[in-house]
Amino acid sequence: MALWFSLFAVVILTFVVFMGVEMGKLQVLFGVIIPYAALAIFIVGVISRVLRWARSPVPFRITTTCGQQKSLPWIKSNNIESPHNTMGVIVRMALEVLLFRSLFRNTKVELRNDPRLVYGGAKWLWLAGLAFHWSFLVILIRHLRFFTEPVPRLVGLFAGIDGVFEIGVPALYISGLIMLVSVTYLFLRRVFIPQVRYISLAADYFPLFLIIGVGLSGLLMRHFFKVDLLKVKELVMGLVSFHPVVPTGIGIPFYIHLFLVSVLLVYFPFSKLMHLTGVFFSPTRNLANNNRVKRHINPWDYPVKVHTYEEYEDEFRDRMKEAGIPVEKE
Amino acid sequence: MSSSELPSSSELSNIPEPDEFMRVVHKPPRKGWMDTPVEFKRGTYCFPGKAKNLKILDMPNPREWSPTDEDWKLPENWKEIIREGFKDRLEKYRSFKLFMDICVRCGACADKCHFFIGSGDPKNMPVLRAELLRSVYRNDFTTAGKLLGRLAGARELTEDVIKEWFYYFYQCTECRRCSVFCPYGIDTAEITMMGRELLHLLGLGINWAMEPVANCFRTGNHLGIRPHGFKDTLEFFADDIENVTGIRIDVPLNKKGAEILFVVPSGDYFGDPGTYTCMGYMMLFHELGIDYTWSTYASEGGNFGLFTSHEMIKRLNAKIYTEAKRLGVKWILGGECGHMWRVMHQYMDTMNGPADFLEEPVSPITGTKFENAKSTKMVHIMEFTADLIRHNKLRLDLGRNDDLIVTFHDSCNPARAMGIFEEPRYVIRNVCNHFYDMPEGTIREQTFCCGGGAGLGTDENLDMRLRGGFPRGNAVRYVQEKYGVNRLACMCAIDRATLIPLCDYWAPGVLVTGIHEMVANALIMKGEKERTINLRGEPLPGSKNQSSVVSHRNWRQADRRLETGREGE
Repeated sequence: MALWFSLFAVVILTFVVFMGVEMGKLQVLFGVIIPYAALAIFIVGVISRVLRWARSPVPFRITTTCGQQKSLPWIKSNNIESPHNTMGVIVRMALEVLLFRSLFRNTKVELRNDPRLVYGGAKWLWLAGLAFHWSFLVILIRHLRFFTEPVPRLVGLFAGIDGVFEIGVPALYISGLIMLVSVTYLFLRRVFIPQVRYISLAADYFPLFLIIGVGLSGLLMRHFFKVDLLKVKELVMGLVSFHPVVPTGIGIPFYIHLFLVSVLLVYFPFSKLMHLTGVFFSPTRNLANNNRVKRHINPWDYPVKVHTYEEYEDEFRDRMKEAGIPVEKE
Repeated sequence: MSSSELPSSSELSNIPEPDEFMRVVHKPPRKGWMDTPVEFKRGTYCFPGKAKNLKILDMPNPREWSPTDEDWKLPENWKEIIREGFKDRLEKYRSFKLFMDICVRCGACADKCHFFIGSGDPKNMPVLRAELLRSVYRNDFTTAGKLLGRLAGARELTEDVIKEWFYYFYQCTECRRCSVFCPYGIDTAEITMMGRELLHLLGLGINWAMEPVANCFRTGNHLGIRPHGFKDTLEFFADDIENVTGIRIDVPLNKKGAEILFVVPSGDYFGDPGTYTCMGYMMLFHELGIDYTWSTYASEGGNFGLFTSHEMIKRLNAKIYTEAKRLGVKWILGGECGHMWRVMHQYMDTMNGPADFLEEPVSPITGTKFENAKSTKMVHIMEFTADLIRHNKLRLDLGRNDDLIVTFHDSCNPARAMGIFEEPRYVIRNVCNHFYDMPEGTIREQTFCCGGGAGLGTDENLDMRLRGGFPRGNAVRYVQEKYGVNRLACMCAIDRATLIPLCDYWAPGVLVTGIHEMVANALIMKGEKERTINLRGEPLPGSKNQSSVVSHRNWRQADRRLETGREGE
């Protein structure tokens, strides 16, 4: 249900832009107005969501410790899995963000009949996740050639390496292929692993279909429908310089591509995609395990009702004296 | 104590054989989780908190009720209360707000939970347990949820949702194993804690947590042992120690000006086998001539407030610093306890500090400065003892533990909320000759819960406890078959209670021990008589049977229960 709805939504969106450009000649709407609006919503949305998190304090230092604490000098501590200083935290966070350290730990458990549990490695999710995110990043960097004039050497270099296998003309980008394969895997595991299917919402399928749509439309316009890239660059540079122009004759696949990207930008701040910025805020990962060394302050700390020693002694004084336990008041 | 005397043995006999018990299907049903109402099955939920306990603690809506009732007697405006409570916590805890927003439902946590592995109930997947709260969060607090409703995974808050919360937030032991595997470090313990706090606003709690909390508030410990009872108990231990070693040791109680305040979980002086570990502490301190004191007022290190609310953690834990101040000690030493150390390590300083009236802890024997505890001023007994052994301050006869083939259970909180892995292993290796770790993936940061943490270690819940304890039991069984392991060491009072039926069921023949019991058995004390029995009154390896002592000890135990001045029901 959630799956079909999401697929349907992406198809409808594609249809809308197709009709809009083909029949309604709404190039200005889809080429200029919507991308501007989408980017504005994305920026404002992400910032306000981040501020919303930042507004809530971190009252306690609740690090998840995945390695030996720093205690006695002769016991080797693990400053990455259980960081005791800022440097350790930075390394830990870098590993989480860049290499998905925690996901790399993933295991799979199987219940055998006698009954017995057997554990195995489960690195596919980690691999697909990592492949997807990194290829996405490479694609983003590559796209900078549409946004810059002159194009920085580094961006050109990226594109060069990316197309190094020179399959077909223009060269097929490996990153695009990796992204489509990995995102397809992420989709298929959602469908075929019963537990994951059970927990999946429309909000999980929709971004997957959207990203597949973005990838496919990009691939199509590069290799099959041959959109005039010079004109595309002209349009994009117009957007970047705030002097928007809409050259005639850019093919529809481009507008589909651009519109799906716009939808992704709008959807981003309101969805789970915010894990991009959220991961940096995670208190179990971004705090040092130095609780007993350095006092952590809770900004909203308030006094609580306790049972004082005086109240305790008042209740048990006679018994205490009888038992020879020292008391404050005879 | 033989297994026939265990309180849970009668419950245990209701549980079918393991092969039948574990016919668990991990495949979720066809019907979606939002359309599957909760069902309270015998043996899988805990009894509700009694009104008298709630009253002692000034907690809302004290009344008699039962989870199996149709009507839970919620306050008139319960929806509003939950909504306000939710909002309040979102504003106070970044963790909560963030964990509500950024889960991508990748499912990496699903089979990391011992309750999911053991029960197959999809709502025991950590991700879905959190969705129980998230769905309501989306409905009430997010744009997407308000616009798209169910499509965005949002649902209306109803009484059935509250019932579901109660069932599943008390089917989580807040062990944080899932948090280790989550790519964002989403911590289900944090989510469960919030869920329980919200439930308490409506007067929904479990008695196995609320009774200890109420007791601890008034008498200083979970068991409601009053000062004279506490003294008697420790004196009995001194008698037993004398019996074993021929040495009479002092029991310093509420002693002003002592150097160290010593705090243990009450399980250590109340229930076997914790009691032997408690004797172990006493023997160690006596042998070293340490100037320390117990406190009757701060006679509990464990903190069932942790299973209740952040406020309750603070209310109960306040005793320890105030008592340290009143007695004028220099620093605090803490015993073998799991949940206690989550509180001592991650909450105590923030909630009850600063401990500026104490000094930075220094071992009076080795001169070692415990720099890792310089602010909180509280040292873990394993850090303390490991340091002693490292400096050759203890004379140890490992042969006395030669009948033990030991494995070690990392308790969840010291493992994942502290990172104390090497100290206990170092101590164990230095007091016995046969030690084997359980397999990778079931120890250290990936250790499996005993199934009874966070207030779930009660007998009406035994079916679920044994299910939750299956992964741990399975790993114990593995080393039992492979190396002949017969002793499971742990440094947690709840473990020492819950692992006993767990081993009886999953790995019969493996007994449970605290680490300082083994330390004390190996400890060669100045002026001791020839040791022929261990602290349990069993003959030491290589000596003749001493059955008379065993019966004497059993008699002592029965006696102690009568005389500790425990509050009757």
